Amino acid sequence: MAMSTPSPAPSSPAQTARPVRGWATRLPRALGLAALVAVAVILGTGLGSVTVPPGDVLAALWRGVSGQELAGSDVIVWQIRLPRVVMGLLVGAALSMSGGAFQGVFRNPLADPYLLGVASGSALGATVAIVLNWPRTLIPLAALVCALGAVALTLILAREGRRFPPTRLILSGVVIGSVLSAVSTALILRGQDRARLVLSYTLGDLGFSGWHDVATVLPYVAVGGGTLLLLSRALDTLQLGDLTARSLGVPVERLRLLVVVAASVATAGAVAYVGIIGFVGLIVPHIARLAFGAGHRTLLLTSAVLGGAGLVLADLLARTTVLSQVGIVTTLLGGPFFLWLLRRQRE
Amino acid sequence: MSNVLHSPGVLEATNLHVRAGDHPAVRGVGVTFHAGQFTAIIGPNGAGKSTLLRALLGLTPIHIGSVHVDGVPLDRLGRASRSRDLAFLAQSEDLPGRASVRDVVALGRGTGMWRWGLIPTQPWTPADEDAVDTALERTDTRQFEHRRVDELSGGERQRVALARALVAGPRFLLLDEPTNHLDLAYALEVIRHLRCEVAGGLGVVAVLHDLNLAARADRIVLLHHGQVLAAGTPDDVLTPEHLHAAYGVSTRVLRDADRLLVIPED
Repeated sequence: MAMSTPSPAPSSPAQTARPVRGWATRLPRALGLAALVAVAVILGTGLGSVTVPPGDVLAALWRGVSGQELAGSDVIVWQIRLPRVVMGLLVGAALSMSGGAFQGVFRNPLADPYLLGVASGSALGATVAIVLNWPRTLIPLAALVCALGAVALTLILAREGRRFPPTRLILSGVVIGSVLSAVSTALILRGQDRARLVLSYTLGDLGFSGWHDVATVLPYVAVGGGTLLLLSRALDTLQLGDLTARSLGVPVERLRLLVVVAASVATAGAVAYVGIIGFVGLIVPHIARLAFGAGHRTLLLTSAVLGGAGLVLADLLARTTVLSQVGIVTTLLGGPFFLWLLRRQRE
Repeated sequence: MSNVLHSPGVLEATNLHVRAGDHPAVRGVGVTFHAGQFTAIIGPNGAGKSTLLRALLGLTPIHIGSVHVDGVPLDRLGRASRSRDLAFLAQSEDLPGRASVRDVVALGRGTGMWRWGLIPTQPWTPADEDAVDTALERTDTRQFEHRRVDELSGGERQRVALARALVAGPRFLLLDEPTNHLDLAYALEVIRHLRCEVAGGLGVVAVLHDLNLAARADRIVLLHHGQVLAAGTPDDVLTPEHLHAAYGVSTRVLRDADRLLVIPED
């Protein structure tokens, strides 16, 4: 090239294939997000029918981590509150990352993690298990299998040779969702006395979470979320449009399939254990985008943190008020908030 | 086709047949594009211009025939060299509105070298930063490199798209109606920027609708029903006979200074 302009040498060390940014803007944001999580964890573990002051929460956490003997309220913190809080962090992160990834891969701000039928598949699995009176431990398993089955079915329906056109994916997801919901409804009507349990599941509840559940959900969220993070820069390139992205070397069809599967795995794993929590995956990525910018790596990471902390706080609201279930809180607060966001964005 | 030695920068289609769906959109096209030349592809709607462009870029499957870059078949070029050597500027390119101009241009460095084209394997180096700076400067977009794309005017946005296409250092730039949606001043500005790049050795292939803009090209390829009706200098191609055969419209072709002017008659 003819021009050789003396450009200012980037100050920070080179990182993996993305423009170099200063720590000056990143550090305060990272600290702010960490503080938000800390507040959510301390409030989430401290508040409830028995109040544990923040100091005692921190002391209990320290005793548990350093392997000392648990005393007094430590048991409440470690055995009841903390698994629930950690589950909230995990599920909120999974839903928000998946939502952000779906919005990116379909280039549609209205996409959410339930787009391909995860929710209705999960609900159907849980309904079958509940109506047939299977043991409680089998409910998440049935939900997980059905959720992944629903996504697979959507992908098969949408397939066009080796391609998965976005419009066909979305429409297939809508169809699968409706059909599976109809089947669930039919089952509920047949087994009426179990209707309340099914309803409770479909509204989302973190209340049953123990450490074992957390350990079971973690791999799904870690693998799904990790895959999405690896693909974040390719997702950025996809925003230029399919053709341009392909001309730049992105295998667009493979990317779309990978993102859809990874996001669905994370969502299915999360939803199977806590039920269908609405609006988190739709709204949190919008907040993250407004606050932290549009690049997908940042978007996914900040969405995960905001979504996790947000869900813990929503759950806190659910168990300390009459709203009773976290899914009700997220939908009740999320709906109006989303409308406000839309109006603000237009101005 | 003779394989001429020492022919750096040749993009060549040989007996190219391409289908758009079930419809044969390109039917036996043989054309050669040279680096350092501005070639305009013209022709009526449905003549196969965009399909030809996509086939040249390897973005659509070739039915019969072949595309060679410097004698190497396109499908043997590999993702990395193909995405670097051949750049594409789509008709009204989608740019992520919330991203900054600089970030959008940086995306043009491409993913061809990455693992499977999906996962970054190379670090982002000062050389990449320099390439972004150069592309911004050459398209006069550096002064608003930190602004958001959705705050820009149509013409500014098109220049950002151009910078995005140039930042990988391509040998050929293929554009699908780059002056669509632009007013006269912006359209001329884009052509002027392209001319500059051509002077620097880039091969530019642009699908154009405006015949009077096409008249400023070094060479013109006139497509009709998926075949080359005429190819050559503007003087060779822009004749009332050719234009009537392709568009079914009578025209007068005037010469003003050193430039041709096409005037339709009704």
